[in-house]
Amino acid sequence: MTGPQTQVSAGGGDDHSDDQAAAAGQAQLNTTGTDDLLDEIDGLLETNAEEFVRSYVQKGGQ
Amino acid sequence: MTAPESPVFARRIVGVETEYGITAVSNDPGSHLTPDEIARYLFRPIVARYSSSNIFTPNGSRLYLDVGSHPEIATAECDSLTQVLNYDKAGDQMVDDLARNAEQALLADGHDAKVFLFKNNVDSVGNSYGCHENYLVGRQLPLRNLGKQLLPFMVTRQLICGAGMIGRAGGGFPPGFLIAQRSDQVWEGISSATTRSRPIINTRDEPHGDSERFRRMHVIVGDSNLAEPTFALKIGSTLLVLEMIEAGIGLPDFELENPIAHMRDIARDTTGSTELILKDGGTVTALEVQEAICAAATSWLDQRPDEGTPTEELRRVVDLWTRQLDAIRTQDFSQVDREIDWVIKRNLLDRYRDRLGEDWTNPRLAQIDLTYHDIRPGRGLFPLLQAKGLVDRWTTDEDIAAAVLEPPVTTRAHLRGRFITHAERLGAPITTDWVHLKVNEPEPQLVELSDPFAAVDSRVDDLLDYLDAHAGEYGEH
Repeated sequence: MTGPQTQVSAGGGDDHSDDQAAAAGQAQLNTTGTDDLLDEIDGLLETNAEEFVRSYVQKGGQ
Repeated sequence: MTAPESPVFARRIVGVETEYGITAVSNDPGSHLTPDEIARYLFRPIVARYSSSNIFTPNGSRLYLDVGSHPEIATAECDSLTQVLNYDKAGDQMVDDLARNAEQALLADGHDAKVFLFKNNVDSVGNSYGCHENYLVGRQLPLRNLGKQLLPFMVTRQLICGAGMIGRAGGGFPPGFLIAQRSDQVWEGISSATTRSRPIINTRDEPHGDSERFRRMHVIVGDSNLAEPTFALKIGSTLLVLEMIEAGIGLPDFELENPIAHMRDIARDTTGSTELILKDGGTVTALEVQEAICAAATSWLDQRPDEGTPTEELRRVVDLWTRQLDAIRTQDFSQVDREIDWVIKRNLLDRYRDRLGEDWTNPRLAQIDLTYHDIRPGRGLFPLLQAKGLVDRWTTDEDIAAAVLEPPVTTRAHLRGRFITHAERLGAPITTDWVHLKVNEPEPQLVELSDPFAAVDSRVDDLLDYLDAHAGEYGEH
């Protein structure tokens, strides 16, 4: 059985993020290199944008 | 400078509640999981362990399944700005870890699916879910007076801390960019309703503490923020305004004829020029309201007692506040485009529109809008921008990781966290809420913690001693 302590320490995604941040420096989103960024984002997105968006329906919350 | 007679002032208890949107994308065509089904998988390990989908965690926060199948985190009681940011971000990690586990559990049941948690406030058809801020205020301050002074700030606050979104056509508005997600979702200034008629400030009177001394002001109008500096500006500016009201600093009088009437227009004008009608006649623009309050806050920094959030940190808040208002006035957003959510997102969408065409109804743009809020590192777009160093930080990964495991040491949450951690180690059955700590067995032992500022209490030490004395009777985990 897994308790919250175990779960919450199991993520570990941020170390990777840190390395990338250190390498990237202080670039800006609206300047050079953005086309490469958009290409990278395109690679991450689910291919069927319309279906992805349409199927995202929640019940209302507060 | 003498502080007014108030139990809360510069050091203030604050907490943030985040409802996450939930969905799954199945790799098997034809297979679809409803939010209810995904949420059940998400909370399966919690229910298995606690027989409940509503628990307090060892870091003092509350984790639960809220109305509409939304996983929700309510941060522990915090008493400074970076602290509450750390617990808000820790909440993201906690639910993301549940989502990763849910993906494994789904796979084991034959569903190959990705689970998405969105830290946003609107789904694709306009259903909304919230990000609520809680600020402890002194009981002696009449809520109506507080609201009257606070509403002009709250109505225009979206200019500085909206999360941005693509608005669909409707209500006489064409599709287009909105500064904030919640502005179309609130219908009243101040009221006790939450889901049916959402107010800006909710008066439901649950202080979670001594009701003679405290009131919990519940702000419903805000967006969930991804960018750490935007979160810091949202909470930090509100803390400063509350301090000024409590201290009796003469804020400029912008009492509005009908505060709520302007929300939607402000959200649709990135120049801040929306004219607001004042109760005493005349008009003022949304930007002018923010500029006047920001100027007052700048002066207040030199007077405020240096307690709670350090004044040095609040100087950074006011610096960002000033730059954002200057960016709106000059329409040169380059000085804030690494810090403010709606500016970051609009830049991203504009770059896509250069590539895809101007049409705001392109589904690819809606997908970018939504995926900005996917909290999963390596998949969500905001986490990607942050990992690539394209947005600024306000805190560190180390401090967030610590907040996942440990409660704040300066508030009541410290007592709750210690109690939960101790009981879990012994496998002792306990019951906890914001105010009460209870050992269930062998004899019920109850402690009531009515002061959220108190991080030390000998009765809790006694409770832990009681647990130790009966350690042999509990099932060790």
